[in-house]
Amino acid sequence: MYGSASTHDLPTTALTGLENEDPILLAEFEARINRGEKIEPGDWMPALYRKQLTRMIEQHAHSEIIGSLPEGTWITRAPGFRRKMAQMAKVQDEVGHAQLLYSAAETLGKTREEMLTDLINGKSKYSNVFNYPTPTWADSNVISWLIDAGAIVNQLANAKGSYGPYCRALDRICAEEAFHLKYGHDAVVHLATGTPIQRKMMQEALNRWWPAIMTFFGPSDKMSVHTEILMRWKVKMASNDECRNQFLDMYVPKIWEIGLTLPDANLRKNEETGQWEFTEPDWEDFKRVINGDGPCNAERIAVRRAAEENGAWVRRALLTPKTQYVRPLA
Amino acid sequence: MNPTLDLLYRLADDQLILGHRNSEWNGLGPILEEDIAFSSMAQDKLGHSLQLYSLLRALGEAEPDTVAFTRNAPQFHCCQLVELPIGEYDFSLTRHFLFDHAELLRFEALATSSYEPLAQVARKLRGELKYHALHANTWMKRLGTATDEAIERMQRSLDFTLPYALGIFEKTDAEAEIISSGLFVGEDELRGRWLESISKVLAQTALEVPDVLALTPVMGGRYGQHTEHLQPLLDEMAEVFRLDPTADW
Ligand SMILES: [Fe+2]
Ligand SMILES: [Fe+2]
Ligand SMILES: [Fe+2]
Repeated sequence: MYGSASTHDLPTTALTGLENEDPILLAEFEARINRGEKIEPGDWMPALYRKQLTRMIEQHAHSEIIGSLPEGTWITRAPGFRRKMAQMAKVQDEVGHAQLLYSAAETLGKTREEMLTDLINGKSKYSNVFNYPTPTWADSNVISWLIDAGAIVNQLANAKGSYGPYCRALDRICAEEAFHLKYGHDAVVHLATGTPIQRKMMQEALNRWWPAIMTFFGPSDKMSVHTEILMRWKVKMASNDECRNQFLDMYVPKIWEIGLTLPDANLRKNEETGQWEFTEPDWEDFKRVINGDGPCNAERIAVRRAAEENGAWVRRALLTPKTQYVRPLA
Repeated sequence: MNPTLDLLYRLADDQLILGHRNSEWNGLGPILEEDIAFSSMAQDKLGHSLQLYSLLRALGEAEPDTVAFTRNAPQFHCCQLVELPIGEYDFSLTRHFLFDHAELLRFEALATSSYEPLAQVARKLRGELKYHALHANTWMKRLGTATDEAIERMQRSLDFTLPYALGIFEKTDAEAEIISSGLFVGEDELRGRWLESISKVLAQTALEVPDVLALTPVMGGRYGQHTEHLQPLLDEMAEVFRLDPTADW
């Protein structure tokens, strides 16, 4: 998973600070990006670029690690060997994505420990969809398929961005996400075409998740703050509405095809404009949840905090002078 | 029970239950690298148990999914060590270290078992188990020589876990026949090799090793006597499967 829905809290004063940058270096930097070159960690970059990218990659990393929790709770309950093994491997991949992304973000100067501290203190955000509960196995399958699908739309776009380490991490991540998509699709189809109990479970999970899925790409462009400079610097690669429309185009037909329905009577494609029409998501509710007041925010952060606190002695032990870094056998 | 079935059930149940427990580290590890490592080992163990349940299937027992997801605690033959909750990292690491050394030596011995299908599986698995033992050794040595707090924790976990670890080697009524038929070298022999193997690693730490053979082993698991932790684990594992056992999941 799961980059996105995270970049919507862009600063309203995106141009602040640029007046302090050396105009010649800035012009050179922008020319490099225009030519399609990648910016590397040691290269000159405006402070705002560094700040925005750090925030974006960090939030993406947090989304992977927090996103591993709702599906992770279904590892121990996955029905049968085949699903249990696949669920474990899938969720493990997400943790691996977090590891890759924290490393990419660290190249901009912030340590993993600082980022994780900001996460548990509520200072930095993660994808808002993980603040909703996954009460059944089918909910976990909906995440595996459709949230991962949304993430792929986003990540394929961002992989063409300007920051080298982030792009390379995303290339590796997208390759794994392709498997997640297959896994999620297979699990959903299985339930959607299964016994009456299974079909009901899947339809209910989809109904529960659809409103959150519709907010996955962040608020409508009409409401979004000024992002022009981030587009120009290839930090943000596609608008929220473009991503959402692309996602609907790719997945709504697949959902309908397996006999599932979607809980929005206004959902249809306008063949003239090529745009999907739908009931506008409740953005007030979205804001409320992303600011901490959702059904699972407290629980997700509490789990992460407990992990950080319980494991602190191990990290302290690794830092003693007698020891050196151990390469994990993953 | 027929000695081959007896042996296979013990091996398979140990792997399944410890694999399940290791998977609970998802999202909770002290560093992300350990989340990932425990997940890898969990996946390996689950895969091993599936291969062993498949051998049982070939001998006329039920399908692996049925065997794993529908039995209750008294029908399980795992040792009590593997069913204990994951606790904190020091305990899970100590269990991983004590169990995987026994497992590695067990499958090395089984590679020459007179039951050829099992010998074949063992020859495949021992390679993976070597990495599990290596991982455990690295961390035991690291934490067992680091800060006072780490050494203290590891010592407490070692003292707590050793009696349970001795339960790995609990013999069943089939033991004599298992040895005489060349299925396996036997639990006493394995325990001796294990003690030598863990002692070598522990000697490179600041941990004190008690007189292991003088400890009272926690037995019963091989005969279906389990801690209060196993049945809730099984209920959780089967929660979805049991919603519709006739369904294909
Ligand atoms: Fe991911
Ligand atoms: Fe994924
Ligand atoms: Fe994996």
